[in-house]
Amino acid sequence: MFNFKKPRNELELYGRQKTNKVPTVPDEMYVSCPVCKNALLFSDMAENANVCFKCTHHFKMNVRQRLNLICDGDSFEEMDKELVSENILDFPEYDKKLNFAKLESSENEAVVTGVCTINKHKCAIFVMDASFMMGSMGCVVGEKITRIFEYAIENKLPVVGFTVSGGARMQEGILSLMQMAKTSGVIKLHSEVGLLYITVLTNPTTGGVTASFAMEGDIIISEPNALICFAGPRVIEQTTKQKLPPGFQKAEFLLDKGFVDAIVSRAEQKEFITKMLKFHRRESV
Amino acid sequence: MRAIERVARARDKNRPTGICYINNIFTDFVELHGDRRFADDKAIVGGIALLGNIPVTVIAIEKGANTKDKIARNFGSAHPEGYRKALRLMKQAEKFGRPVICFIDTAGAYCGIGAEERGQGQAIAENLMEMMSLKTPIVSVIIGEGGSGGALGLAVANEVWMLENSVYSVITPEGCASILWKDSQKAADAAECLKLTAQDLMRLGVIEKVISEVSFNKVYLNLKKMLTDKIEELLCVDKAQLAHQRYMRFRKI
Repeated sequence: MFNFKKPRNELELYGRQKTNKVPTVPDEMYVSCPVCKNALLFSDMAENANVCFKCTHHFKMNVRQRLNLICDGDSFEEMDKELVSENILDFPEYDKKLNFAKLESSENEAVVTGVCTINKHKCAIFVMDASFMMGSMGCVVGEKITRIFEYAIENKLPVVGFTVSGGARMQEGILSLMQMAKTSGVIKLHSEVGLLYITVLTNPTTGGVTASFAMEGDIIISEPNALICFAGPRVIEQTTKQKLPPGFQKAEFLLDKGFVDAIVSRAEQKEFITKMLKFHRRESV
Repeated sequence: MRAIERVARARDKNRPTGICYINNIFTDFVELHGDRRFADDKAIVGGIALLGNIPVTVIAIEKGANTKDKIARNFGSAHPEGYRKALRLMKQAEKFGRPVICFIDTAGAYCGIGAEERGQGQAIAENLMEMMSLKTPIVSVIIGEGGSGGALGLAVANEVWMLENSVYSVITPEGCASILWKDSQKAADAAECLKLTAQDLMRLGVIEKVISEVSFNKVYLNLKKMLTDKIEELLCVDKAQLAHQRYMRFRKI
């Protein structure tokens, strides 16, 4: 009966609050999984490669976490780190956005490139960063990717690339569009000398990146449930006024339609990539 | 002239479409249909024709002449099968040593369920890669709208030319304005910022020629002469060198 009674004074109120109190965690220490709503501690998440324990939802990952997950120990050596974007077209607010992106991501650009070993197999690697202007591709992203492929051609190395991108960076206008052709060109040269290129598509990979280097791998794998598309779902809904089927443009949908080789969870990626590198090992190197 | 006025002219309903260029510049055009994989995309017209006395492969994005035709051609927005048909014809051109000439006029590659299901991104990506190494001359001319990846999918060429009132952009001014300022009414400002006119692109070193538009009959005549000269010049270049020159054209950007 007591439970339905209104408190008559402060003391009674205080007593009830106290008895109802449950242990809580400060907001900044946990995140709620958008899929299963499970509350996850950040510290636990980091240990599990940013994957939900309960439903295996793959959260975003920054470049350094990604490199730690894939590369052996401290084998990663970064290249072209000093390349930074300029506001070539004098596009409004672009300088401000670049500065903000640098702070937000702690990187100089939306892609980090370099060389590393993966279970002792030497390879060139690039990893895109969603927290830098949504991983959009401008001239510097195009240039860094082109250079890492040129380095790989020169040193006969396979390339492993992790993509996440909103597409071409409109603040660089037509010059960003041209990066699609440039990167495709160098990937073709890398391919023509018989070298392996593996792409790992992560959520989301869209637009001009999907229509160029993301889809040009010899082996294309994807993280589970990642959105992979040319035109985004919202744009399609607005343009066609059609309701999109569930799971449309998700990794599983692309697998079904024949556009990715396999869906590989974060926990299994290193092993998968290692196997591929082993299959394509060049005895002379 | 303001950039948005150029955009309006590039989209003008009365502007000649791809097929007009084929009919007025070339002779003996024979259309070849289908991508051999899924369908024939009417938004892209391709075939073989004579440029003077040189056999060439011609590929044009076609927006359509009247309402019925426009619907059949999906207003010049191609599906993946359109890009795959274009690539098939380009590979055929390479085999027989024919130069390739592309006319581009599209608001963009089609965005829709079917296009995504059949891999729009993959189809364009493959064109970029394969065109880059094609061992035959390629010249692309933007005659109206050069809409983003959908235009680039036919514009990996040894030279890219633009008509005076055509535009070539990574995104439509309306799209850009709605993303940046949440207001598609600001398209005029966006058009200015994007540097999408032929004149801007010439300054940026992204294209080789701007073709003046006094009258379209003049345009056809001029284009015929310019294309003939350019193709004759490129036919003298070693085939591997052609692909290398094409790559270097983009490598420097």
